Amino acid sequence: MAQPVTWQIGTVKSIRQETPRVKTFTITLPDKPPHRAGQHYDIRLTAPDGYQAQRSYSIASEPERAGEIDLTVELIEDGEVSTYLHEVVVPGDQLELRGPIGGYFVWEAGMGGPMLLVAGGSGVVPLMAMIRHRCAANSDAVMRLLYSARTMEDVIYYNELEQLRGSQAGLDIFYTLTRVQPPEWTGYARRIDDEMLSEVASPLGDSLTAYVCGPTLLVETAAAALARLGLPFERIRTERFGPTGT
Amino acid sequence: MAMETLDQNAALMVDGNAAAGMLMDVFSAEMTAAPAQCNACGKTGPIGALLVYMQNPGLVMRCPHCQSVVLRIVRTPRYTYIDARGAVYLSIPVG
Repeated sequence: MAQPVTWQIGTVKSIRQETPRVKTFTITLPDKPPHRAGQHYDIRLTAPDGYQAQRSYSIASEPERAGEIDLTVELIEDGEVSTYLHEVVVPGDQLELRGPIGGYFVWEAGMGGPMLLVAGGSGVVPLMAMIRHRCAANSDAVMRLLYSARTMEDVIYYNELEQLRGSQAGLDIFYTLTRVQPPEWTGYARRIDDEMLSEVASPLGDSLTAYVCGPTLLVETAAAALARLGLPFERIRTERFGPTGT
Repeated sequence: MAMETLDQNAALMVDGNAAAGMLMDVFSAEMTAAPAQCNACGKTGPIGALLVYMQNPGLVMRCPHCQSVVLRIVRTPRYTYIDARGAVYLSIPVG
């Protein structure tokens, strides 16, 4: 890597409520090096007594956007950083952050497809950066997103995903709603399992690469199922968020 | 009880990606795409694919194939301790 990633002060430009528990923070940065879809930024908070708390948040925006990034943050019960971001921060506030970070769970249009994206809850965020990058770069990589959420109102980016589903050839989106489904719901209504992954993945053929992101237990389940379907370990990329439930 | 503890530990596990910031502090490089070889099973893969436990004073990184400990890092105000005896090698990107 050419330049060291150093801490800088970004300014919160706007905040969008995505779902009852999820907000997107658009942050302008004095120094915004190009990122790769899937990378994250670290945010560091410092209390008056010097105590520091630091967390990583995936970039939701496409690399093509200049001067600013979107970080989509789920409110975690008792989370030191997410509660501050959700309950205290307002537009105009400054935040200390560094990035972009990560070189493994990334995708660039030049890498091509086909790709299977599997998201649990806010695990959709880095995958959304890949989808947005695909659109901004006019990539024709075949991409299928399987997105598991508890209820329809927990689906982040729903309107944008629906709009893209209709307008982007080669991009398909599947939802599974694990707790509550709207009336006349025709999508999946259970936790991700072998059968579901097989149905979504099989049109992609044998050469697909999978990106799986979400709470650790969901990622474990999905990665193990993909391995049983015959996908080699090297083509199952995972990003586990830890114990956050879906 | 033992099973519950196991489940809890499994739920706390994250990937090498999550440790990217700390690894950058320690090695002054983006480490997650760099290869490392497990000393126990001999498999080689990117550091980003290692299994990581961060809910403790240090960082423990395990092999995704055989679960052996590959790398441990503990930071104190005076020193950063690196125990890499579980790796045949780590690689640090140059430049």
